[in-house]
Amino acid sequence: MAAEAFSLLPVLLIFLPLIGALLSFVFRRQAAWLGIATAVAIFVSAVVLAFSLDQSQRYAVGGWGAPLGIDLLVDGLSLIMLLMTATVGLGVSLYAGSYFHGKPQLARAFWPLWLGLWTALNGLFLSADIFNLYVTLELLGLSAVALAALGGSAAALGGAMRYLLVSLLGSLLFLLGVALLYHAYGSVDIAILGEQASAQPVTVAALVLMTSGLILKTALFPFHFWLPPAHASASSPVSAVLSALVIKASFYILLRLWLEIFEPLTPGQGVTQLLGLLGGLAVIWGSLQALRQTRLKLLIAYSTVAQLGYLFLGFPLAAAVGPGAWQAVIYLALSHALAKAAMFMAAGNIMRFGGHDRIADLDRVVQRLPLSLAAFAIAGVSIMGLPPSGGFIGKWLLLQAAIEAGQWWWVLVILLGGMLAAAYLFKVIGFAFTRAPVSHNASAVPPLMEWTALLLALGTVLLGLLASVPLAWLAIGSPLGTGAGG
Amino acid sequence: MSVALMYAVTGLGLFCLGFYALIVQAHLLRKILALNIMGSGVFLLLTALARRAPGGLPDPVPQAMVITGIVVAVAATALALVLMRRLVETTGQPRLPGPDSE
Repeated sequence: MAAEAFSLLPVLLIFLPLIGALLSFVFRRQAAWLGIATAVAIFVSAVVLAFSLDQSQRYAVGGWGAPLGIDLLVDGLSLIMLLMTATVGLGVSLYAGSYFHGKPQLARAFWPLWLGLWTALNGLFLSADIFNLYVTLELLGLSAVALAALGGSAAALGGAMRYLLVSLLGSLLFLLGVALLYHAYGSVDIAILGEQASAQPVTVAALVLMTSGLILKTALFPFHFWLPPAHASASSPVSAVLSALVIKASFYILLRLWLEIFEPLTPGQGVTQLLGLLGGLAVIWGSLQALRQTRLKLLIAYSTVAQLGYLFLGFPLAAAVGPGAWQAVIYLALSHALAKAAMFMAAGNIMRFGGHDRIADLDRVVQRLPLSLAAFAIAGVSIMGLPPSGGFIGKWLLLQAAIEAGQWWWVLVILLGGMLAAAYLFKVIGFAFTRAPVSHNASAVPPLMEWTALLLALGTVLLGLLASVPLAWLAIGSPLGTGAGG
Repeated sequence: MSVALMYAVTGLGLFCLGFYALIVQAHLLRKILALNIMGSGVFLLLTALARRAPGGLPDPVPQAMVITGIVVAVAATALALVLMRRLVETTGQPRLPGPDSE
């Protein structure tokens, strides 16, 4: 009986945010409370799921079963992504409750969209077929664009419009790949496709189309052009969601497809090295651009471009040392989600306090917001990859894989990226140590906003100290193949 | 089969045509139209490929996918049009702002 109840948890993870979104749309005055209550409920369900899951689990929605119906699948990889979303989502919800307090117009639009986006994310991580992935990907893109446009400024609208066009193009490329795969193998189920896929021209075409669509959506260099304006001009809780979670969703699909469907094709070394090269260029180019920025939020957004680059180093390394290399990448993605959400929240606090985010004039602001600056600095430690932080563990595992693979050039990229990250982050953190006259009218920042940022940042330290727990969860059902068990 | 193949190739052609227009055209309405044409291309391809067995009944699954796809496309187009109108109201131009005008 208990086992049966637990097996409904994946369904609950999709329905809770959906119901929350509808309720917060209908009862607009109570939207914030409904949203926070929903977030707590989702977080609890995700944690219960983590502790009750011991092997990968399939749930046939409506009892239809694989070839026709829609199946939900939870394994270690989905579980880690769901937990990441639940943690960051809870933080964002608490933060947004304060952030939008006194702005009913914005709050009314924010809550249904944000909970809708959460529904799409959870649905995406639980999908077992590629067509369902397409639908959730579109839902995710549309709600993300609407959220990005929420601010209503010319910059936010322009950024959102560009984001929408790129996102639709990416989904259409993906859908074309789905059409080709369905035509070739008569199924959209990932497991069935994984068994049947062979190296035919049509599979290769689908691989190219889907991979290009997804790297466009994941903003891999040189397709990152749309990310900084969209992420930097959105309001702070939205920036946190976009940078921490939405970007990871398209990467998750890419990883799933490569692991399960395209893996038997063993695409030539050229392809994986090319993806790694683009990732390496993203690390260096994104960091250099971050160093040049004069606005705090743009700096953080370019830092996202750089951090996404590391994720793509997994392709050449996994091809060389086996799927175990993905462990490092997933760990990096996980710590980046917490760190980047904390950073955007801290930036939001700084903007709320001082009314601007010009880096050159930050000195008067940051000294009055010690908690937010601490959050920024601790999150920065993880982004730089210094111990003890999740970012350090991720980079350590990645370096190990690179050395094991004998591909020393990635080691250089990882080290250089870390140093550049330190350079651009100290541009901001350095202000804590300069003396500045405390002048001009500042508006107070609610303590909840400061504490959520700090708690998420401390989460990255926790990831650095308790690395074995998430890695054990990741190994459930061995989504990374047999090599990832230990 | 040749008829189905012809539809499929037409679908691919529409997809490429839309892609070209999306890149080349600066006006946002044209870009949105271009994305719709690309979408129609994919849907045409899906329905064409649904005729798997010559003479047999067409496969209903791709048709269900196309219907879902159309729903998504309508929603996306509506959002794009609203965004474009807001952008025109705010900036006075139906174009994307340049990369340096932030």
